[in-house]
Amino acid sequence: MSGYPPEMQESIRLVEATRPRRLKETFPTMTLEEREAILKAYHPDYKEETFRAIRVGVSKGQKMPLELADIVEGRPHIGPDFDLSDPIAETDVLVIGGGGAGASAALLAQENGAKVILVTKLRFGDANTMMAQGGIQAADRPNDSPAIHYLDVIGGGHFTNVPELVEALVMDAPFVIKWLEDLGVMFDKEPDGTMVEVHGGGTSRRRMHSARDYTGAEIMRVLRDEVRNREPDITVVEFSPAIELVLDDKGQIAGAVVMNLETGAKGYVKAKAVVLATGGGGRLHYQGFPTTNHYGATADGVVLAYRVGAPLGYLESMQYHPTGAAFPEQILGLLVTEKVRGLGAQVVNKYGEQFVYPLEPRDVESAAIIRECARGNGVVTPTGQVGVWLDSPMIDILHGPGTIQRALPAMVRQFARFGIDITKEPILVYPTLHYQNGGVRLRADGSTIIPGLYIAGEVSAGVHGHNRLMGNSLLEILVFGRRSGRSAALWAQQVRPGKPTLAHLERWNRELEETGVDTGVVSPILLPDYTRKQGYK
Amino acid sequence: MAEEQENLIPVFIMGKQYMVPAGLTIMKAMEYAGYKLVRGVGCRGGFCGACATAYRIQGDPKLYFGLACQTVVQPNMYLAQLPFFPARRATYDIARLEPTPTTLFSLYPELLRCLGCGTCTKACPQQIDVRAYMAAGMRGDIARMADLSFDCIMCGLCAARCPAEEGQYNIAILARRLYGRYLAPRSRHLEERLEEIRSGKFDAEIQALKNMSVEELKARYKARDIEPGD
Repeated sequence: MSGYPPEMQESIRLVEATRPRRLKETFPTMTLEEREAILKAYHPDYKEETFRAIRVGVSKGQKMPLELADIVEGRPHIGPDFDLSDPIAETDVLVIGGGGAGASAALLAQENGAKVILVTKLRFGDANTMMAQGGIQAADRPNDSPAIHYLDVIGGGHFTNVPELVEALVMDAPFVIKWLEDLGVMFDKEPDGTMVEVHGGGTSRRRMHSARDYTGAEIMRVLRDEVRNREPDITVVEFSPAIELVLDDKGQIAGAVVMNLETGAKGYVKAKAVVLATGGGGRLHYQGFPTTNHYGATADGVVLAYRVGAPLGYLESMQYHPTGAAFPEQILGLLVTEKVRGLGAQVVNKYGEQFVYPLEPRDVESAAIIRECARGNGVVTPTGQVGVWLDSPMIDILHGPGTIQRALPAMVRQFARFGIDITKEPILVYPTLHYQNGGVRLRADGSTIIPGLYIAGEVSAGVHGHNRLMGNSLLEILVFGRRSGRSAALWAQQVRPGKPTLAHLERWNRELEETGVDTGVVSPILLPDYTRKQGYK
Repeated sequence: MAEEQENLIPVFIMGKQYMVPAGLTIMKAMEYAGYKLVRGVGCRGGFCGACATAYRIQGDPKLYFGLACQTVVQPNMYLAQLPFFPARRATYDIARLEPTPTTLFSLYPELLRCLGCGTCTKACPQQIDVRAYMAAGMRGDIARMADLSFDCIMCGLCAARCPAEEGQYNIAILARRLYGRYLAPRSRHLEERLEEIRSGKFDAEIQALKNMSVEELKARYKARDIEPGD
């Protein structure tokens, strides 16, 4: 019995009817001009009323989503008088964040001689890294090259990416794959060792490496295992998010104040260098969108770095993944990996007709789906959610029976839990909030303008310009996690620490007062609040 | 979310009754009931293993397991979160191991204590046949253990239920890492590319791209040839 209600099954029959014809059809790709036009008309980034300029700090005047602006302008959890005289721990490098960027930074910092403490808000590994399904890009096939990868990245990012960061990304990429292999990551390979590689949206070569559709999970659990093998050089402290960075009287980084989420206790962790790897902010649900992000994705790092004076960038653009689950309601907004399209599934409307090339860059693909639904060609679910079909059964027809089960076990399992067999029935999808393109300004060695403060991953800005391609975030967290970890360790070896102080909070509070800015928020907010206040009657 | 729904069902969170809308996942039902979760919540998408849950249904003698973010509530469910369960893990240097049965047995001697009872398999929310991969491990078949355990999210339910006190998921990740590093075929084209990058083969081209104007880049981007899908 199908998990789809009868009215949706009627549309599925149309999808099935057009499938034999569509198998031979390729929908044309858009020109750069067509891309620009559809983005302006339909992409959520162009809804002016959902953005505003921030009014305080070094990036004053910069536009970002309303929800983010409110927390960036928020009040700190602690006052400038918080006692720093008795640190709860001391280390060379403090890594904030327990996803792939933080884990790889910790490993490289340790390899470069540093003692490391890694603090993380939830459990070590509870991060978007774990949820990344489709793959990781690296130009390692003979018909590909880092230069071709470079061009794909910068074109996908609308030519606004920082060139030095793109260079680092594409040139380190094959080394990252090798590093992961040596750590024991099980990439999908042919019997002769050739990597199985597919396309992602906006790629001109097949360079998406995968580990079934658990690519991020496989990478994360291996990195986590490796970090744990390096205790006590690396100490991992879970359920302890940073709530404020600490500088010294020379303006260098001096550690962070962390909070035990379970007891509420706050304490100062003294450090010579800090790697901020806190990820993005999907749980702020910009414009009311559902999100693919994990529970802790509340843009903490942007808040922390900004308060100590690190400039922000690119936050006027957010990535909406084209294919979030639109049915069933229980998994609304969860990721349906781009690999489904990479393997050949087309995107079709309620009549079973294609309306967009399935592998446009993500922002363009999302805008096209939003337009198709706005034109009334979407499927409406019993709860009123609209979506279009991702024709997954095509994959087994194109590549042979069993391909879906073998290449997409997580997706098959996810939908089977709700009575939907994606090997036989298409998947209903709609764009979902996925990735923070912008964040804190990054330099190629992982540094920021704050001496001793390094960053890596989604918290950072500039690698992807205004739009990231699939498979470049798993790559980014490892490229810049490794770079920032190494740089932090080297910095820690030679820095002459001054006296720790929270003077930046005095300045921050004064600026809020003078400008009259009061958003009523204490930030970082740490977790979203989904509770309903009167739960039982 | 519809506020005053007619279709409320009773569930028991750690023994206490709450009325929650039918159709919610266990996790959303707990939040509906007023819990702001810190433990027992992570990715909310079935990948991280933070929300392992044990439950019974009133009048049913069976014990059930699932992920709170992926399991829909049923009337009269008795729910208990298992956000953490201790299991021993060995410490090792992956670069100094050999991919042999002896490595598995010396780092995890308890592997050989497995009773083959299959309680682990019944508890696995990923429907992994844990018993089968443990059996492969006991035979020293690292490749099979790696393959069968691949979808493991390390939630710990197998370890919580095991009468032989195994930490199955920790043994399994050792097998997978041994497989990935030593037993999987090496990728020749990757090694060749690393050599090319080290020798500076792409440096000039990348420098040229970095120095290009946006107009030049656009022209180059438009002129790219796209490799066919298969």
